[in-house]
Amino acid sequence: MSATVNDILLLSLGVVALLATLTFVGEVLRTRVPDGATNPVVETFVTRVHSWWGMVILLSLALIIGRTGVVLLFAFCSFAALREFLTYTRKRQADHLSLAFAFFVVLPLQYLFVGIGHEGLFGTFIPVYAFLLLPVISALRGDSQMFLVRVAETQWGLMTAVFCASHVPALMTLDIPGYNHRLALLIVFFVMVVQLGDLLEYFFGRRIGRTRIAPGLSPKTWEGVACGLAFAALIGGLLAWITPFSPLAAMFMAAVSFAAGTAGNLVFTAIKQDRGVKDWSHLIPGQGGFMEQLDSVIFAAPVFFHITGAIWGV
Amino acid sequence: MIRRLAARAVGYAIVFFAQFVTAVRAEWRGIEPVRRQRVYFANHVSNADMPMIWSVLPPALRRDTRPVAAADYWLKSRLRAFVGPEVFRCVLVDRRPEHRTSDPMEAMIAALDEGSSLIIFPEGNRNMTSDPLLPFKAGLFNIGRQRPEVDLVPTWIANLNEIMPKGEVIPLPLICTVTFGAPIHVGEAEDKDAFLERAAAALVDLAPERSLRKGETDVAA
Repeated sequence: MSATVNDILLLSLGVVALLATLTFVGEVLRTRVPDGATNPVVETFVTRVHSWWGMVILLSLALIIGRTGVVLLFAFCSFAALREFLTYTRKRQADHLSLAFAFFVVLPLQYLFVGIGHEGLFGTFIPVYAFLLLPVISALRGDSQMFLVRVAETQWGLMTAVFCASHVPALMTLDIPGYNHRLALLIVFFVMVVQLGDLLEYFFGRRIGRTRIAPGLSPKTWEGVACGLAFAALIGGLLAWITPFSPLAAMFMAAVSFAAGTAGNLVFTAIKQDRGVKDWSHLIPGQGGFMEQLDSVIFAAPVFFHITGAIWGV
Repeated sequence: MIRRLAARAVGYAIVFFAQFVTAVRAEWRGIEPVRRQRVYFANHVSNADMPMIWSVLPPALRRDTRPVAAADYWLKSRLRAFVGPEVFRCVLVDRRPEHRTSDPMEAMIAALDEGSSLIIFPEGNRNMTSDPLLPFKAGLFNIGRQRPEVDLVPTWIANLNEIMPKGEVIPLPLICTVTFGAPIHVGEAEDKDAFLERAAAALVDLAPERSLRKGETDVAA
């Protein structure tokens, strides 16, 4: 067994221990609820922990399989997220073919380019070629009503759900001297700091949050975000041993990822409010849809990818 | 025996396919998914409507629920004649009065009396217009009059016209929602037109697209 797989298993065990504790806490809370009654907060907490089990198991398996596993896992997540996003965008029958293209041609090709590690292709394919081609397919059907709105909304779905999200598996294509056989761990680091930062931001926002960042839009508070940022940096520092970063640099990278992720979360809250939806879907029990899980990752992934590539890559 | 197993397998394949492509999901707004005798009446925009409702019903309810469908469609080929009557266990009715050998109303009442629930599309045909619903045919009223104890449940299928508009071949994998509203019954002194109007209103009320459409015209204006 290679050192990388060993470290993945070690980290998975750590997360599993954490989840086991949370499951135990959930079950204890459940027994405190009197017979016949249910406490919605406790039930949501328990369902969420169950979903986290699923996610941790899936991500661990994908990472152990290697690049193919990670590419396939994120291709599926992108598919689910794009489906949620495009369900709520404005479209007309004239867009049918270009939307089918987005799902069945653009998405698989993007992940294929990530899989073969061709940065020139996966960096330009969607924002240049897909964006030029899809409006042409729609225009050929001769329907100009709301044309720019339709085109723009579809493209933003592709940009976020597919292009940005594909930067997570793309981390495995970076070329970092002395670290190339351990690139899977970079994904672990990234996902852990963003997700745990989100969780702690939510927790502290509820506990000590006072000043809202965007009143009327989101319950996020400056206090919550400051705590989230501090803890994300701390967790990043503690995980520095699995990265090519020095402890200080790892704290910096974690803080930047958390900040970008929080910004993403805010933007997607605005989109949901505009479309009048509470959750993108109900596919992940207790958590809403795939978009809810990915919105912070979507904004943070390209930033993390590019800074890492620019400073530590060749 | 083998045909029954094959029908069961095809049924599961249809449910899996519906859930993979459209992530179809039920919203139980006015009723609970429990075993009661019901007539689910739904809007009809696509050939996929019926399989969608069928797929979101929990298996125990699905076994007791029979879609009412057009005989001329489901008997057209050998494959359809297997899928319609044996997989979905459709109650087949003839839409063309001149070809009728049996009364559609009798077939539906007979299925209800055997204990089945029904899925019906009271518009009769697929709605190709931009109106939310076509005028309802009288069947729903007659069922409600003859079997007043059966719940008539409005069932709105959202998004299917975007997933598979007429004339397209590739279905889009968008999310489809099936919303079940509160049951209605024919009133004591209610006449046919008043009841059908009330039934159509109860159905359209479940449509989530309406608020989105409104947003659209705002943008256009």
